[in-house]
Amino acid sequence: MGVGALSVWEKSSTARVMPPARPRKLAKVPFVELADGRLQGVVSSGSDIGRVYVSSVTARTYAFACSTNNNRPCGGARGMFCKHIQALVGEAVLQYGAERVARYLAVETPDGEPDAHSVTAAMTAARPVRGDSAAAAQVFSRFLRQLAYLELDAVTSPLPEMQWFPPTRAVA
Amino acid sequence: MVPADAGGGLMRGDLLSDPVEGLDEALAVVDAFDEALVAGLLRPGPAQAAAVVGLAEAVAGTPLAARVAEAADRAKAGAAGEDHFVALAAARCALLGSVHDALTQRIDEAVGRPAAEDGAAGPGPASAAADRGSNLLAAARSWLCDLARAGWRGIDHERVAGAAPVVSAMLPDPVLRRRATLLDGFAAELAASCPGATLERVPLRRWADLWSRALLLTVPGSAGESAVTPVSGRLLPLGVDVQEHATAVQAQVHAVFEPADGGVPRLVRAGVAAPKPDTVVGAGLWQLLRPRMSLLGAVSEGRSMELDAMPVTAEGDLLWDDGRARPGEPADAFATARVMLSTAAAARVAPLDRHPVRIAVPVLLEGYTARSEDDRLVFDLPGRSLAVDTDRAPAAGPLTPEAVAASHSCVGLLRWDAGEFLLQPLAVEATVRKKAVAAHAGAWAGGTTDKAGVRAEKAATDAVTVLRERAGRLLRK
Repeated sequence: MGVGALSVWEKSSTARVMPPARPRKLAKVPFVELADGRLQGVVSSGSDIGRVYVSSVTARTYAFACSTNNNRPCGGARGMFCKHIQALVGEAVLQYGAERVARYLAVETPDGEPDAHSVTAAMTAARPVRGDSAAAAQVFSRFLRQLAYLELDAVTSPLPEMQWFPPTRAVA
Repeated sequence: MVPADAGGGLMRGDLLSDPVEGLDEALAVVDAFDEALVAGLLRPGPAQAAAVVGLAEAVAGTPLAARVAEAADRAKAGAAGEDHFVALAAARCALLGSVHDALTQRIDEAVGRPAAEDGAAGPGPASAAADRGSNLLAAARSWLCDLARAGWRGIDHERVAGAAPVVSAMLPDPVLRRRATLLDGFAAELAASCPGATLERVPLRRWADLWSRALLLTVPGSAGESAVTPVSGRLLPLGVDVQEHATAVQAQVHAVFEPADGGVPRLVRAGVAAPKPDTVVGAGLWQLLRPRMSLLGAVSEGRSMELDAMPVTAEGDLLWDDGRARPGEPADAFATARVMLSTAAAARVAPLDRHPVRIAVPVLLEGYTARSEDDRLVFDLPGRSLAVDTDRAPAAGPLTPEAVAASHSCVGLLRWDAGEFLLQPLAVEATVRKKAVAAHAGAWAGGTTDKAGVRAEKAATDAVTVLRERAGRLLRK
């Protein structure tokens, strides 16, 4: 512990730790997150308006899972990434940037700048196995929790602690 | 050139360059304590023991002395209980409070504003709200103390997830909103940084700030409602400061309030805040806040507002109520700053809010030279140069870093972070083809006809429409 040798970032009360989400269209994939060592999220079903799939890919192993919110396994995600997982990767790249997604999942793309296609291709080439969908309920409940935020009222009493959260124009 | 008459709220930059006595010593104690939280206080090593003892010694001449000394004693043996952690957090807050006071005094001298009158009232009367949610406050405290024992290196998903039920239960209650919003933002940041064991670097000051602030707010009554008085008169906006984390946003309008009874004009703020899904960004922030505060529309139109018995706290925060405000005459922020900023009185800061991060003093700067230095923008003023934080301007607005770099006049907030003063622009003026052109951070707050702005509004509306549709189908099933 070298006291006195702290960097400016370490001594900043407003150090930016999490870059904000980039705007994207939410119709197909209303929720994406890089959390719990996985890329995970919620994908709307193309055929049934009341059904959603909870999909995930684990960092490093790329073990994947996809099931409905009623915990039925996705028919497409047997031996390979289903279309929900492909959509999830695509939207994660829009929201966080391809580089951050690749870094989080520990994906090395063969040449140059990663994009959604090269990240997906690199993971597919590693022949990932199907993982368990034990975390699906938790991911779905986090999505519901954020949806519920829309129903909470705005307040006009001051929140002094928001001073610790300045915006940033920097992107991921 | 700087006008000879500095009566328009102009600043004496040279005073900001002088060292502040005792500042480095106080911050060194804080830094040492912050480093102790990296490995956690479950099994403190010699350096950590020295850090908590140093914290206790630093407040030895204050009313906190005995409690913090006892807490340090227990903490260095790895045996601190919850009350001991609260005492350590209080000591850290007191030290940073003294830093805040010293910096604020220096700024008052530099801008030539009389120091805030010390409105004798301490914290407002502990209202019935003080006991509200005491079980939730206890749960939050237990989570925070667990973090302190584990240290930032010890965070993992399971540990961080402990905050989620507390936040969910607190958020719907407006009285607990302040705590919930802080815990939510802090926990999300920790979750994104898990596992702590492999973190390349740790935001030491920041996380210790958030931790100690959150811990003090678990003491019942600590966020007690401030005493409120009704005021009537004219509100002249200076600009909008936006703050956001993944799941919350707050917009604060800084303004000069001119009492109808002819009293001294005052610096005030009017804020509005809302929780949000992380995918609501850009213009979506304005859309969430706009319906709750007509002032945002007035700011976009460049108007004043007439207030009728609007409640204001002793800290100068208007508790906005649309029913007590109506649109007034056009009012230009630069005209307000030039004419009134130097005469407007600042409000005092609530004792618990005294922290350098809270410093946001409206200033007017004119006749500077903008240049870039080490990848950031700097304004050269007579006597010194001042770093400009262009990063804080909201994305949904015309106040771009380029607009700031091309400007000659600026209304902004003077801030302090990581050892230096910074300027956060709220609005700038540039001369384009011999005409003054202004760009305001909050120009799109009430809506916009700007082409890029309209596109951003449309994208945000679509996003919220999808989320509301999903919520309608999936929630409460």
